Amino acid sequence: MKKAKWLVPTIYIIFLMLPIYWLLNMSFKTTTEIINTYTLWPQEFTLENYKKIFTDSTWYNGYLNSIYYVVMNTVISVAAALPAAYAFSRYKFVGDKHLFFWLLTNRMAPPAVFALPFFQFYSSVNLFDTHVAVALSHCLFNIPLAVWILEGFMSSVPKELDETAYVDGYSFWRFFFKIFIPTITAGIGITMFFCFMFSWVELLLAKTLTAVAAKPIAATMTRTASTSGYELGLLAAAGSLTIVPGAIVIYFVRNYIAKGFALGRV
Amino acid sequence: MNKTVNQKAWFFVIPVFVLVAFNAIIPLMTVVNYAFQETFGNNVFMWEGTRWFKQIMLSERFHASLGRQFLFTFIILFIQIPLGIAIALTMPKEGLGVPVCLVLMSMPLLIPWNVVGAMWNIFALPDIGFLGHSLNALGFDYNFTQQIGDAWFTTILMDVWHWTSLVVLLSYAGLRSIQPAYYQAAEIDGASRWAVFTKIELPKMKKVLTIAILLRFMDSFMIYTEPFVLTGGGPGNATAFLSIDLVKMALGQFDLGPAAAMSLIYFFIVLLVCWVFYTLMMRNEEKS
Repeated sequence: MKKAKWLVPTIYIIFLMLPIYWLLNMSFKTTTEIINTYTLWPQEFTLENYKKIFTDSTWYNGYLNSIYYVVMNTVISVAAALPAAYAFSRYKFVGDKHLFFWLLTNRMAPPAVFALPFFQFYSSVNLFDTHVAVALSHCLFNIPLAVWILEGFMSSVPKELDETAYVDGYSFWRFFFKIFIPTITAGIGITMFFCFMFSWVELLLAKTLTAVAAKPIAATMTRTASTSGYELGLLAAAGSLTIVPGAIVIYFVRNYIAKGFALGRV
Repeated sequence: MNKTVNQKAWFFVIPVFVLVAFNAIIPLMTVVNYAFQETFGNNVFMWEGTRWFKQIMLSERFHASLGRQFLFTFIILFIQIPLGIAIALTMPKEGLGVPVCLVLMSMPLLIPWNVVGAMWNIFALPDIGFLGHSLNALGFDYNFTQQIGDAWFTTILMDVWHWTSLVVLLSYAGLRSIQPAYYQAAEIDGASRWAVFTKIELPKMKKVLTIAILLRFMDSFMIYTEPFVLTGGGPGNATAFLSIDLVKMALGQFDLGPAAAMSLIYFFIVLLVCWVFYTLMMRNEEKS
C-alpha cells in the first residue's frame, strides 16, 4: 500500500501530459507527414511551423495583443480590488453582504449571455477593437475573483496589526502601503496569477470585442483553422506557444498555488 | 473576525462597484430590453411582454439543451470531485515531489480554452490522433465526430483532463492545513485509515470542497469554447450545451428576442444554484 502510493499521481500526470505531448509532436511535423502517416514522434523533424509564427506579423502580433490586454486587466483588477477587499475583510457597512454576492454573480454569469450586448455596448462607446475594451470586459469576472481571493488572505491577518499601527501614529494610507500590503504580498501575487490566468484563457469575449488591431492569439488560431484549409502543424505550434506564458507564471507561484486555489481560505 | 461598523468603507468599494457595474448592468439591461421586445433593426422596438419567455420555456430545444447541460455537469462533478480527493490524498507531502506535482498538475488550467479544444481534437482524431488511433487499434469502433456516445465520452474526458487539477489543488490545500497532532492522536487511538479519512480529513476539507463544487458547477455550466472547438456541438446537437445553443440562436440565427429570454432564464438558474452553495459556504465559515 505505502509503496504504491506514488502510482496514482504518476498515472494522473502521465494522463495530463499525453495530449500536451501530442500537440508538441504535431508542431514539429510537416503537414504532409501529419495527414499521410500516423507516427508517435516526428520522422522529419521541422521547425518551419515555429519559424512562420515568429516571422509572420499576424501571428506574433496575436501573442503581443493577448499579453498586452492580459497585463492591463491584471493591473486594473488588482488595483481596484485591494481597497475593496480590505473594506470587506475589516468593516461592516450597509449592504456589504448583498454587494459581495452581487460581485460573485458576475463571476457566475455565462460569457455567452453577455457576448452580443458587449459587442453593441463597446461599439457604441468607440472602444471596439481596442486592448482597453478586452481588458475592461475581463474585469467582469476577474474583479470579483480578485476581491474574493484577497478578502480571504486579508481576513487571515489579525486585526491587531491595524490597531497597533494606528496607536503608533500611522495614518491609514501609510499603514496600508507600508505595513499591510507587504504582509499580504503572497496573496497579491497569487491574485495577480489568477487574474492573468483567467484573462489569458478566455476567448469568447476577447474574440467578440476585437477585429484586427487587438486580435488575440486564440482568435488568430480559430480564424486560421477555418480559412486557410487545415494547417494542423501550424495550429499545433501556435497552441504549444500559448502554453509557455502560463508555464512561466506558474513556476513563480508554485509554493502558494494550492492556497491560492482555495481562495486564501485555508 | 469581529468587524467594526463603518459606512465610509463604501468609498473603498466604489472603484470595484463602478468597474463591474459598467460591465454588468448596462449589457444586462440590453439583454432585458431584447427579452421583452421585438426588433426589426434600426432601433425600432415593439413591446412583446412575456411572449419570448413562454416560447422558450415551452420549446423542446431549450429543454433538450438544459437536460444535456445538467447531465454533463453532474457527470463531471461525480468524476472530478472523488478523483481529485483521491489524487490529493496520495500526493507527496514533502520533498522535491511537491513542486513537481503542483506545477505539472496546474498546466492544463493555464492553457487557453480554445487550445484545449484544438488539442483534444488533434489527440482524439480517429486516424491521426493518439487516443482515437489507439482505441481503434484496440478494436473499439471510435469516432467522436460521428457517434454520439463517443462525442460525450471525449467531451467528458477532456473536461476531466482540464479541471480535475483544480479539485486536487483545493483538496491538497485543505489537507495541508491539518495539524500533525490530529494524525498522531488517531494513531494512538488505533484509528483505521478509513476512520482518519472520514473523521479528520473530510471535515477539514469541507470548506475547500464547497469552493471546488461551486467553481466547478459555475464553470461547467457555462462551458462553451472547449466543446465548441472539439465537436462544434455535434454530432447533430448531441453536445450542444446551453452556451453553445445560446450563441447559435443569438449570433447564428439572430433571434434576439428568444435568445435574450433564454439568457435570462439561463442566468437565473445559475444564480439560484450558486446562491444555495454560497449560503452553505458562508454558514461553514461562520461556524469555524
